[in-house]
Amino acid sequence: MNNFISRIVIICLFIILFVIIMIPFYAVALSSFKPGESLIRYGLNLSLDFSIMSFDNFIYLFTGEHDYFVWFWNSMTLTIVQVVLTLFVSAFVGYGFAAYDFKGKNFLFICVLLIMMVPFEILLVPLYSLINDLKMVNSYSAIILPGIANAATIFFFRQYLRSIPKEIIQSGRVDGANEYAIYFRLIMPIMKPSFAAMAILNGMNSWNNLLWPFMVLGDQSKFTLPIGLKTLLTPYGNNYDLLIVGSFFSIIPIFILFIAFQKYFIDGMTAGAVKG
Amino acid sequence: MIKKFVYSQKVAPYVFVLPFILIFLIFWFYPLVNSFVMSFQDKMLGQDPKWIGEANYSKLLTDKVFLTAIKNSVVYMLGTLVLLIPFPMLFAVMINSKLMMGREFFKSSFFLPALTSVAVAGTIFRLTFGEMEGSLMNSFLGLFGVEPIKFLKDGEWSMAALLILACWRWTGVNMLYYLSSLKSIDNEYYEAASIDGASAWQKFRTITMPLLKPTTVYVTTISVYAGLAMFTESLMMFNGNNSPKNIGLTIVGFLYRQGIEKNKLGYAAAVGIILLVIAMVINLTQLKFSGMFKKEED
Repeated sequence: MNNFISRIVIICLFIILFVIIMIPFYAVALSSFKPGESLIRYGLNLSLDFSIMSFDNFIYLFTGEHDYFVWFWNSMTLTIVQVVLTLFVSAFVGYGFAAYDFKGKNFLFICVLLIMMVPFEILLVPLYSLINDLKMVNSYSAIILPGIANAATIFFFRQYLRSIPKEIIQSGRVDGANEYAIYFRLIMPIMKPSFAAMAILNGMNSWNNLLWPFMVLGDQSKFTLPIGLKTLLTPYGNNYDLLIVGSFFSIIPIFILFIAFQKYFIDGMTAGAVKG
Repeated sequence: MIKKFVYSQKVAPYVFVLPFILIFLIFWFYPLVNSFVMSFQDKMLGQDPKWIGEANYSKLLTDKVFLTAIKNSVVYMLGTLVLLIPFPMLFAVMINSKLMMGREFFKSSFFLPALTSVAVAGTIFRLTFGEMEGSLMNSFLGLFGVEPIKFLKDGEWSMAALLILACWRWTGVNMLYYLSSLKSIDNEYYEAASIDGASAWQKFRTITMPLLKPTTVYVTTISVYAGLAMFTESLMMFNGNNSPKNIGLTIVGFLYRQGIEKNKLGYAAAVGIILLVIAMVINLTQLKFSGMFKKEED
C-alpha cells in the first residue's frame, strides 16, 4: 500500500515537471500561428484564439523576403564541416593519449584538463585581437579552427579508447602495419559508436553556438541561424512574425536528430562525467 | 629517412598529439599570455599599446559597475548550484527507482530544453517574462491574484527569471549525469541495508549520496564554470548587453562591453584575468576538498 502511494506521488510529480518543461515549447508552437502583433501586445501566452491564428507566418517563412534560409544553410554547412573536422582531429589526438606512453604526456594531458576548467569567455578579447591580426575576421575558419582540437572531445575519446585491448595494436604491429595504419584501419572502425555520440554532441553545440560566431561574423550573408534570429530583435523594430516561426522551425532539425540518435546522445552526455 | 623518422614508434605519439599542441599554443596559450600582458596595458584594437602597470586592476576594484557584474555572476552561480544539484539528484533517484513508470519517456523529454539554442531559449523566456498582464508568467500569477510583475526591470525578479531559464534548460542534463552514475551502484549495498532495517532516507544518505560524489564534484565544477561565465542568456533576455541599472550585467557581459563595445582591450583583459582567478580558486578549492586530485592522475 505504502509503495502504491509513493508510486502515485512520484509519477504525479514527474507529470507536473513534464508539463512545466513542455509549456515553453507549446507556447512557441502555438504562437507561431499568431500574428507578430499579438506577441508584441500580449507576449507569449497559451490562449487558443482561433480567430487570429493562421498559417501566415509559415507562408511568410517559406516565401517571404528575408535571409532565414541563407542563415539556415550557413548553420548547416558550418555545423557539418566543424563536426567532421573536430571529430577527426580530436579522435586522432585522443588515440595518442590513450595508446602511448611518451615523455611529456602527463603535462600535455593536464593542459587538456586545464582548457576544460577555464571559461572560454576570458579569451574573447585576446582571441578576437589574434584573429584580427591573422586577417581571419568574418571567416568561418575563425570559428572552426580554435575548437578543432576540442578538449572535452579529446578527453572523451581518450576515456573510450583506454578500454580497447592493447593486443589489437600489438597484433597490427606483428603484421607489419605502421602506427598510423593501425589507427586508421584497426582502431577507427571500432570507434564508430563513440563517433556517433560525439558527432551529435558537437553538432548540437555548433548548431546552437551564438557568442563567438556573433563576434567573428560581421557580414549578414554569413550569419548563422542563432545570430540571424538574434538580429530580428533590434532597438529600432522587432520582427516577431519571423522570429517566432523561425525559432520554432530552428528547433526541429535538432529534435529530429535527437529522436533518431537518442541513445548515443545520452551516452555522449554522460561519458565525460563518469570515471572510466 | 624522414619517413622512417615519422613512422617510428617513438615519434608516432607526438604526431598524434601534435594537432592539440598546435591549437593549444596558438588559440589558447598565446591568447592567455597575451591577455595577461594586455591587462597591464592601455590598448585599442590596431594601435600600439601603452604600459600602465596595474592601473587597470586598481581601477576595476573601484568600478561600481564591475562590482555589480561580479555580484550578479556570483549570485547566479550560487543559485544554479543550489537549484541544479540537489533537485536533479533527487529526480534521478526517483526516476531510477522501481516505482517509476515511463522512465525513457521522461528521460528524453527532460533533455529536450538543452537542445534549444540560447538564442531561441532566451527569446522564449524573454517573451514568457513579458511585463504585460497577458504574458505567460503574469497570466499564471494572475490566477493567484498577483499583480503583473515587471520581471525584466527589477533586479531580483530578473535574476529569478535567469535562474528559471537555467533550471529549464539544465535540470534534465544534470539528471542524466546522476542517472548514469546511479546505474553503476551495486544493488547489494541496498539489500544489505534493507536487512539491517534502514529506511529509504537512510539508504539515500548513507549509500546513494556518497557513491554519487564523483558526479556531484563534476556537476559542481561545470556549474561553477558555467555560472561565472554566463553571458548569452542575459544578452538574449535583455535584448542586448544593456539592462536597466545593469541588473542583468555579468562579468563576461562587462568584459564584452569594455573590450568589444568600447574597444578598451587592456581593461577587458584585466577582467578576464580576474574571472580566471576567481574560477580557478573556487574550482581548485572545491576539487581539493573533495579529494579529486589523487584519482585524476592514473
